[in-house]
Amino acid sequence: MIDITTKIASLRLRNPTILASGIMDEDAGSMKRIFDCGASAVVTKSIGLKSREGYPNPTFVELEHGILNAMGLPNPGINEFEGEIRKLKDSNVLTIGSIFGSNSHEFVELSKKMQNYGVDALELNMSCPHAKGYGLEIGSDPKLVREITSKVKESTNIPVFVKLSSNLTDIVEIAKSAEDGNADGIVAINSVKAMKIDLELKMPVLANKTGGYSGMAIKPIGMRCVYEITKNADIPVIGVGGVTTGEDALEYIMAGASAVQIGSGVHYRGVDIFKKICREMECWMENHNYTRLSELVGVAHE
Amino acid sequence: MNSPQIAKITEAKTENKDVKTFMFEYPKKMIPGQFFMIWIPGVDEIPMSVSYIDKDVKGITFRKVGEATNALFDLGKGDKIGIRGPYGNGFKINGKQILFVGGGTGVAMLAPAVEEAGINNISSTIIIGVKNSSELFFEDRFKKCGAEIHISTDDGSKGYKGFATDLAAELLSKEKFTSVLTCGPEIMMKSLLDLCKNIPFQASLERYMKCGVGICSQCCIGEGLRVCIEGPVFDGKTLKNIEDFGVYKRDAAGRKIRF
Repeated sequence: MIDITTKIASLRLRNPTILASGIMDEDAGSMKRIFDCGASAVVTKSIGLKSREGYPNPTFVELEHGILNAMGLPNPGINEFEGEIRKLKDSNVLTIGSIFGSNSHEFVELSKKMQNYGVDALELNMSCPHAKGYGLEIGSDPKLVREITSKVKESTNIPVFVKLSSNLTDIVEIAKSAEDGNADGIVAINSVKAMKIDLELKMPVLANKTGGYSGMAIKPIGMRCVYEITKNADIPVIGVGGVTTGEDALEYIMAGASAVQIGSGVHYRGVDIFKKICREMECWMENHNYTRLSELVGVAHE
Repeated sequence: MNSPQIAKITEAKTENKDVKTFMFEYPKKMIPGQFFMIWIPGVDEIPMSVSYIDKDVKGITFRKVGEATNALFDLGKGDKIGIRGPYGNGFKINGKQILFVGGGTGVAMLAPAVEEAGINNISSTIIIGVKNSSELFFEDRFKKCGAEIHISTDDGSKGYKGFATDLAAELLSKEKFTSVLTCGPEIMMKSLLDLCKNIPFQASLERYMKCGVGICSQCCIGEGLRVCIEGPVFDGKTLKNIEDFGVYKRDAAGRKIRF
């Protein structure tokens, strides 16, 4: 029997595949469907204090080796989102509430509400590459990352993960700031700042001009970040970026990740990608005489 | 790949004061009921059902109802738009006698389905429901494919005075249809579903869309059914179990908006 269960902070996961924020997670029905498709947990769309419509379309374009998007943090606002969380928890879906704010007060208010609604953990979005005043603009300031993380930790009692960007000079420095703020884990990485120009129209395709690049193309970038963080900081990491197959997931595990998140992969392999990836991981482990996934975490560092 | 292909509008036709048809070269295979994401450069990108299907040429027919369609309406022959798709599942066109019910601009996307029914020797009856006769279009097109046409207008300016659903109830009580296919306001389609009882039913739904490829969840209904992938056409059995149907849709922020 192959054991692919994993643990991050106090969260016990039936397998290491988690739905990444921004994909199939605007409503309870979608997230429940993904959970039923094998994901061990789901991360909600990033939620702010007030509703935001996000950017006009085009907000999405597929490129040769990945997906470029600039949604602009659309969300119904934390109060309206309560119903979705309650509905999810009624179905016993392990739920990680993603939130974004422009300062520690906003993050704390959002965290408390998310916790009251019943989420199992929090993911602080400090890495969205295309929203002014939020995301990466917060997550590139080590002091702010530490302050926000510690204030959220002081006011809640569920695991707190901090999602970071690869668009940083030194991701280890920021990861350590989150660690100093008592984060329970790091999620790395968010989509990578990028652009696509249409030749015929001679203009950027995305309405926001720049966006975040995800999918296969960014896997090596995520891999490097996960490796560097786990080498230099003593904090669990959830690897994200281009996980499309069981082999991709195992590569992240070997780089030091305790679990992975899957987003764009849903486009490439369908909503049942979670089950497929688990089966592929088990198959590889069986062929290589491993019985427990935990044996493989971080082996690339040895 | 799901990136917009730039196409020139090769033909622009004004159907009535608010409705236009654009034709463009797009040699991908499509079936009635499928849709495109249409990029109006500098303005928006919106889902739009196919209204003409030829091997190399496709068409869209739309009413100006908002910022994006107003901007699109101002374009004409030679102007460039971005197109990606086809997306969605499309209609299943089978049986012996189909009742089509089109409300408002919903008629546009039913037209290729009525044409295909004609080619397959399926007898077709279509109800075109509009507020008043000035909104009508495609009558000649339906005549050409041999469909029996019934018109309902809210104000009685042409045909039956009243709602398309009332007219449908009359026809359903008189004739035996093997299926009902519809596109129009969701409240109309929901009433129609209730009328259909055990008659196989297919309705094409409209939702705000962003990605069009089934990842952003903007268009999801019920338990994560993606209108862009599992839809836009849903059968009656599925729709009966979807709490959203005819009740609410979601805006760009994901807030529930009641119909």
